[in-house]
Amino acid sequence: MNQQAVVIENLSRHFGQFKAVDNISLTVNKGETFGFLGANGAGKTTTIRMLCGLLLPTSGTGRVAGFDIYTQPEQIKKHIGYMSQKFSLYPDLTGQENMGFYGAAYGLPKSYVQQRIAALSNRLSLHDFIHRRAGSLPIGWRQRLALGVALLHEPQILFLDEPTAGVDPVFRRRFWEILYELSEEDVTIFVTTHYMDEAEYCGRISIMHQGCIVEVGRPFDLVQKLACDNLEDTFIKLIRSEEKANAQA
Amino acid sequence: MRRLRFIAQKEFYHVLRDARSLTIVILMPIMMTFLYGYAINMDIENIVISIVDYDRTLESRELAQRLYNSKYFSRPNETVDYHDPDQILRSGQTQAVLVIKPGFAKALHRGESFALGLVVDGSDNNTSAAVQNYSNQMLQQFLVNRLDPNTRIQGITISPQILYNPDLKSAHFFVPALVAIVLLMISALLTSLTIAREKETGTLEQLLTAPVKPIEILLGKILPYVVIAFLDGILVLIFAKVIFGVPFVGSHLLLLGFGLIYVSTSLSIGILISSLVKTQQVAGMFAVMTTMLPSVMLSGFIFAIKNMPTALQLLSYIVPAKYFVTIIRGIMLKGAGLSLLAGQGLSLLLLMAVMILVASRKFSTRVG
Repeated sequence: MNQQAVVIENLSRHFGQFKAVDNISLTVNKGETFGFLGANGAGKTTTIRMLCGLLLPTSGTGRVAGFDIYTQPEQIKKHIGYMSQKFSLYPDLTGQENMGFYGAAYGLPKSYVQQRIAALSNRLSLHDFIHRRAGSLPIGWRQRLALGVALLHEPQILFLDEPTAGVDPVFRRRFWEILYELSEEDVTIFVTTHYMDEAEYCGRISIMHQGCIVEVGRPFDLVQKLACDNLEDTFIKLIRSEEKANAQA
Repeated sequence: MRRLRFIAQKEFYHVLRDARSLTIVILMPIMMTFLYGYAINMDIENIVISIVDYDRTLESRELAQRLYNSKYFSRPNETVDYHDPDQILRSGQTQAVLVIKPGFAKALHRGESFALGLVVDGSDNNTSAAVQNYSNQMLQQFLVNRLDPNTRIQGITISPQILYNPDLKSAHFFVPALVAIVLLMISALLTSLTIAREKETGTLEQLLTAPVKPIEILLGKILPYVVIAFLDGILVLIFAKVIFGVPFVGSHLLLLGFGLIYVSTSLSIGILISSLVKTQQVAGMFAVMTTMLPSVMLSGFIFAIKNMPTALQLLSYIVPAKYFVTIIRGIMLKGAGLSLLAGQGLSLLLLMAVMILVASRKFSTRVG
């Protein structure tokens, strides 16, 4: 496989008149942890959906894990794991049943699924609650379970859409430790977040505003470039200046 | 194949663990069968008839007595004292008035022709037809009984012989068709909710990030409900037999076979709806709308299709209940065999294939 996990060029998605994603280009390298930042409604989720083969772009090109997002969504799906901001496992199934179901959905052999469930239970500490119904779990545990499902088929690329929204700091730290370990194993991580401390863990970040990517770079470089003290100020400064520019235009 | 099995298994869990689905599965068929089965009773009995007797003879009283003694007629609650038949009907206390004019007994003894007056409330035309029939029959009997046993009766009469439902009980006619309608509604409702529910909760989005084919999802969702709806069918059939006393002349096995085809077709309607709409509410509404009314009106459940305008007759061909009503009545009441009903079964299979095909085309692995 080539060294680029995600390559998108001039990608757009319109909903009627509304340009949810407006002509963005981006490259994410293999094994990179890429932070996909932006205000609410900036088009992050729409972009992720296009990359996961859930949504057809209006125009532009994109390749994920080397496969075309228009014509090879089935190939892409085999190589990616996805976790949405909304908990979307089956609440009336237990953790184990959810994982077993997804194992079959990915077409994995039964013995392999059992082995993966055991391994992930250890890694994500799912033991305590894997036999409880997913709907009855507190949010932090749910997100751990959702990550477990997303990792079941050992994907090369992980798309995480606000995976830690509403989760307590201790668990957030643990979650990022796990992501770090995965990245050591050469898994590419494409993550959106509103927490700036999380963004600082990322190798590179992009900042999106109203469907466009306004900056891409290493977090530290961006802070320096805009002469700010920290990433949060940088983010706010960028978004405000964009809004001002838009108002003038 | 493994995917299909797991999707089906997951769907089973959903039904078994969700109180609402369980209610639809178990309570709805029972309630609907009871409700329809008892509400739709076309057997007319205990018609309230007033008899105004101007003749006041032994014979006239005997005739009146005979009418009231039968199960078809009963006396008005209060004695009606005014002698204007129109007034009696208007008072709403009785549905018909029989007027025995003076001279009835005399004419009877002399063998002269004589006409009795019958005034019927025509606003309920089923009852009025029944009143005429029943009162004529009873009068005939009354006259025959009065004849000397040695008299030879001249003339030719029709002696009708009614096959398959000899008592002309409406339950025998309606309840089998009711089975068809109850099964259709429940099946369509069950599956119509499944995909829509996953769209609402967002679980479908997660599922679609896995390499699953639309047809695998659709079939995986139909399969468990085939089992469930089939069990429902057996439940409703037992009801029909035990509670409504519908005879079962034909082959049980044959009916179960056709039943399996029929529930699969009905489930496909739900799947088709589910693949088109976004919310459970809309799906449920569509499921009830597209199954309930057409099946009651256009299946031959109550109204004979061959008496309908051509447009409606053509429309009835896409109503699955129409085929199964023919099948189930044929097997239960007439003991019809496979060769007679194969065409109906094939029509059901064709409908099912078309619906699943359209559903798998319309059901996209993309969202938004």
